[in-house]
Amino acid sequence: MASIPYIPEVSAEDAKAPSLPSKLHEWIVTVDHKRLGVMYITTSLLLFAVAGILASLMRIQLAFPNGKFLPPEVFNRLFTVHGTTMVFLVGMPFFAGLANYLVPLMIGARDMAFPRLNAFGYWMFVFGAILLYFSYIGGEGLAGHGTAPDVGWFAYSPLTERAFSRGTSTDYWILSIFLSGIGTTASAINVITTIVSMRCKGMTLGRMPLFVWLMLVVSGMVLMAMPPLTAAQAMLLLDRYLGAHFFDTQAGGSALLWQHFFWLFGHPEVYILVIPGFACVSEIIPVFSRKPMFGRAAMIGAILAIGMVSVSVWAHHMFAVGMSSTSNTFFVAATMLVGVPTGIKIFNWIATLYGGKIRFDTPMLFCIGFLFQFLIAGLTGIMLAAAPFNWQLTDSYFVVAHFHYTLIGGMLFALFGGVYYWFPKATGRMLSETLGKWSFWLLVIGFHMTFDPLHFAGLLGMPRRIYTYPPGRGWEGLNLLASIGVIFQAAAVAFMAWNIIRTLRNGKAAGNDPWDAWTLEWATASPPPEYNFAVLPEVRSSRPLWDLKHPEDPDWKYE
Amino acid sequence: MTSIVPIQETKWRLPDRGRVGVSCLIATEFALFTIFVVAYVFYTGKSLTGPTPDRVLHLPIWPTICLLSSSLTAELAAKALAGYRISTFKLWVAATILLGCEFLRQTALEWHHLITFDHLTISTNLFGTTYYALVGLHASHVVLGLTLLLLTLVLSLRGSMSGQERRFQFLSWYWHFVDAVWVVVFIVVYVIGR
Amino acid sequence: MSSSFRLTILGCITALAISAQEMHSVGNIFQPQATPAESVYHLSLLVLAVCAAIFIVVAGLLTYTLIRFRRRCGDHKEPAQVYGSDRIEIAWTVIPILIVFVLTMATARIVSATLDKPISPDALKVTVVGHQWWWEVRYPALNIVTANEVHVPVSTTAKPAVTFLNLQSADVAHSFWIPQLAGKTDLIPGHPNKMWIDPKQQGTFLGNCAEYCGTQHANMQLRVVVQSQAEFAKWTASQQQSANANAGIKNGRTEFLSLSCVNCHTVSGTGAAGTFGPDLSHLMSRDTLASGVVPNSAENLRAWLKDPDAIKPGSLMPNMQLTPEQLDEVVTYLSSLK
Repeated sequence: MASIPYIPEVSAEDAKAPSLPSKLHEWIVTVDHKRLGVMYITTSLLLFAVAGILASLMRIQLAFPNGKFLPPEVFNRLFTVHGTTMVFLVGMPFFAGLANYLVPLMIGARDMAFPRLNAFGYWMFVFGAILLYFSYIGGEGLAGHGTAPDVGWFAYSPLTERAFSRGTSTDYWILSIFLSGIGTTASAINVITTIVSMRCKGMTLGRMPLFVWLMLVVSGMVLMAMPPLTAAQAMLLLDRYLGAHFFDTQAGGSALLWQHFFWLFGHPEVYILVIPGFACVSEIIPVFSRKPMFGRAAMIGAILAIGMVSVSVWAHHMFAVGMSSTSNTFFVAATMLVGVPTGIKIFNWIATLYGGKIRFDTPMLFCIGFLFQFLIAGLTGIMLAAAPFNWQLTDSYFVVAHFHYTLIGGMLFALFGGVYYWFPKATGRMLSETLGKWSFWLLVIGFHMTFDPLHFAGLLGMPRRIYTYPPGRGWEGLNLLASIGVIFQAAAVAFMAWNIIRTLRNGKAAGNDPWDAWTLEWATASPPPEYNFAVLPEVRSSRPLWDLKHPEDPDWKYE
Repeated sequence: MTSIVPIQETKWRLPDRGRVGVSCLIATEFALFTIFVVAYVFYTGKSLTGPTPDRVLHLPIWPTICLLSSSLTAELAAKALAGYRISTFKLWVAATILLGCEFLRQTALEWHHLITFDHLTISTNLFGTTYYALVGLHASHVVLGLTLLLLTLVLSLRGSMSGQERRFQFLSWYWHFVDAVWVVVFIVVYVIGR
Repeated sequence: MSSSFRLTILGCITALAISAQEMHSVGNIFQPQATPAESVYHLSLLVLAVCAAIFIVVAGLLTYTLIRFRRRCGDHKEPAQVYGSDRIEIAWTVIPILIVFVLTMATARIVSATLDKPISPDALKVTVVGHQWWWEVRYPALNIVTANEVHVPVSTTAKPAVTFLNLQSADVAHSFWIPQLAGKTDLIPGHPNKMWIDPKQQGTFLGNCAEYCGTQHANMQLRVVVQSQAEFAKWTASQQQSANANAGIKNGRTEFLSLSCVNCHTVSGTGAAGTFGPDLSHLMSRDTLASGVVPNSAENLRAWLKDPDAIKPGSLMPNMQLTPEQLDEVVTYLSSLK
């Protein structure tokens, strides 16, 4: 093994152990990208558990027809807060956390371009999360005091206008996302600047790891996608508090304008959510197949294509609103077209596995789950892209099943793979493979048990966002099965949490490079010291550690 | 065991962090303003009642001259700072602030007239809603810019601005952006919209 | 893992196609009974077939790859480092684009056929207005106003009968969805939409509001009652009559008209002309109360009037705080409105 000159000689453990208050103080005032990355991901996972509990309550209510477990107001608040939390307070911060932790390490930098902006972004996110959940105590709504928002996570107008949503519950929704959105935008600016301005010597854009490329594209999309949402929310606030008429249909305002603005944000948003998952998978699959990514240039081209085309497909969320046949057809074409680069990515991942020597450690298992599940999700997406088919499927449990497939089956599996892959780097300890495998299989079983039947419920006419349903429509068995699946998913998450806690207490030491990987983050200690590298690296290819470990056959001969 | 082979002795120059960051900020703000302009254009002519643009809006020539000149003075200030001519710098920054304040004063006068005489408020009709929202959003950015310029002036009076030409340049870019947005608002609201 | 996984998915897709017939027919989109739903059904078969084929190929390749190229025990040599192949990239770019092209063309045809259907002047026209949590149904040409049920004549090959629906909303966004008759179309305030159906089978078709519209969105059920020409004519005639004026229930009618019921409800032939709530002129001719929540009967009507929140919590019908005697009288009166 070649010796890698970036690893510092002093280990982090040599420092004197600080007291608890001063440790807390360190974390609160930190601007170190690694600490902030860990904070982002930890907070995100906690909120994931909370939103998961909200979903479990919903599934208990829906397990049987005419369920009496929850009254309608409570249910409606649950699906609103569940969706809002998962999208804005779990998915987006996960992107921020992964990008902030890994990008400087992968490009051979010492920190992000704007460390204080980084901290600002994190605390805005936390404040937004607190604000949303505070509505359970402080919000006022139609059902009286202590009401969270209940307008759905995409909050269509005019339901959100003052006339139909009295009190302040809707305002909590608006403000919490507005604030955390500012934080996300700050992160995006930070990530782009870091990638453009702080790469180590020799790392041309073409030699950046795919993870970094994907984070660059995601950040660009955030910059373009957040403004429509921010604008629409500001307009809604003006409507609700200053009597403006942006979405006030009584005064000639347009309910559809909200939908257009929201989905102009909302569609790129779903790619923003899933592309960090792609980023994890693009790093894990090559390492665990022992081959470089097949078609790197095509992968970069594909993600750029996805980024560009995804801003032109938004109205496929609006096929049923009564657009003209020309508009409908345009969005059909654009939506199906964006499936092409996505498919290309899947093919390239498979081609990377092909001819390799595949190791089935936990990170790789999650990636395999991702590949199968995201394939299915993409195909149900093609079904939804065919507008007339969409007229039957939209706003039904089919679309609920589809997006949970992309978000859980796709994004979450990939992100969990990333957690298992980089946990040793961040903490210096290896997670237990046994617990990891248990967690994986329980999640596969539970996920499929819940979401496979829900496709059929949609095909049988079950609309979404209903707090109960009558018997005799053929939905009972499917819903019961879906609710049982929650138990397995909860167990999977519990196993993962236990794995993390146990490992933090006394896990096996990981070493610098437990997976025998090739990107720069593995060229420093685990966990990396505050300054990241003893000496800033210089690279000649996209796999600098491969070059060091295989001097007889380095990548730069072929790239 | 091999050490890193020094690749080439060519320079490794990457774009300046501040430039990239401010460019990203301007890009995202540009998208934000675009949405408000789209809302304005979408609702043109759709007000059910109340005052209409052709009746109550008048071309804001003087405010536009002020604001566009302030871009010029900001640029002159940036050049002065880069050339270490601090007193010239202070002069041009003060001029920029004054011109910006005059712009805001004119906007305030216009709004006062619209509200008290033409009875046009944000809740009157769609025109009122979109007009005040768009012009107000722009004005809030002018206020932010003026605040930062004032801060710059204060810092230069204390002598802390020497050597900060890079940072001041970012502020001047922001200011140019705000002025460019005004050009768009001027054309869309006061020229085409009427 | 992978092959049993794949078999399960394959099984599901096959099962769907085969057992669609055995599945509950109530809201099954694969059991269309009108042209719009049929054209969706045919398109969906094409799309499903294409997707199934793609799945089999890709998932099959993935499964094969995972099995064939797993690392054998003790093998630590790195495999051949393959960087890519331009030809393969082009192939799997062009083929999907062609598939997309075909699907888009097929889809465009159905979109146009459904959305651009010209309205024939003698077709039945129905206006449906969405309210928070009930459906107002008007037949402008026939001078009929009812609620929660849309009656239409059946369309046969001998006598085709297309019904055009004009969709509006009085408050927030709703969506009209009867899966067996057509895809859904939204009811958006300020943005009237139109759709059409030509049901080919008699019977009652169930559907739901399909756009979240507030607390009782779940209970905004919808019924399209498809009748033979003769029955439809009979129904129309009875709906057009002024509300039954039976002398025996004069007390109840007086009570009804003196309470603030008239602020929200209309009963034709009386002074009650409120429009916030459903028209009650022919209340007892409907199958259900409260847009599908409970079957229509005198007992359920009494329970509804006694405490609407117990049946449909959050509904905008206030509890009128009627005494038992008032309840009896009003129920007797309303039960006479056939």
